[in-house]
Amino acid sequence: MARARLRERGPTNKGNTMAEKTKGVERPLSPHLQIWRFTIPMLTSILTRITGNALIVSTLLVVWWLIAAATSEAYFDLANGILTSWIGDIVMTLSLLGVWYHFLAGLRHLYYDAGKGLDIPTAEKLGWACLIGSVVLTVLTIVII
Amino acid sequence: MRYLTARKRAEGKGASHTGTEHHWSMQVSAVGLALIVPTFLYIFGKALGSDYATVTETFSHPIPAIVTALVLVFGLKHFNRGFEMMAQDYLRGSRLKAAIMFMTAFTYGLAATGLFALAKLAL
Repeated sequence: MARARLRERGPTNKGNTMAEKTKGVERPLSPHLQIWRFTIPMLTSILTRITGNALIVSTLLVVWWLIAAATSEAYFDLANGILTSWIGDIVMTLSLLGVWYHFLAGLRHLYYDAGKGLDIPTAEKLGWACLIGSVVLTVLTIVII
Repeated sequence: MRYLTARKRAEGKGASHTGTEHHWSMQVSAVGLALIVPTFLYIFGKALGSDYATVTETFSHPIPAIVTALVLVFGLKHFNRGFEMMAQDYLRGSRLKAAIMFMTAFTYGLAATGLFALAKLAL
């Protein structure tokens, strides 16, 4: 598109200007997601964003459940029934896993921000700690509550 | 001779033009939430699935009501600012502004709705 527009400018532009030359050069692009090898710090960083943003779903459900409880018993039974149905159980359990994951990854972020744990072996261990820790804390929470 | 201080010349520069204010607000809310979220999970986890009488009774006590209110207000504030970061990565121009405006209105509305429910349950 840009090259076509340049050529249309007239007799002064015959493909020998600086602009034309720079446009025509094939530069290497930065490696795309598909080329990178998946690493633990990368995976755990992406998961932090996904879990943080996905938690809006359960927040919305919890507020709805609270409003229902504040409205009437019949409305509460409806909201409570949906939140404790099998699909509600899946959403709430995944949210619990998400909140614990985001919790641990957030603590790791604060640790990184203090300038610590930034070497590759430590960063990879911290990533595994977030992944395994979130599952352990989820199971523990389900046992306790 | 320059009358401007080094700080004055540096202010407003950088990618955000606002310094580290956003990052700092995320750190503060993260620490606050880390302290109260486990308590909230316990309170909410115990209440979810109970009958109407138990749930209304639970949230009429000060600690469950206050902790839930704090998690909603600061959790949604933290969420909104985190969403802003994501939007800045994937959107530009008017769409970015619209996304931030929409999510700010949505999260404030959600927090206000939750607070209204809690107030009604507690009083």
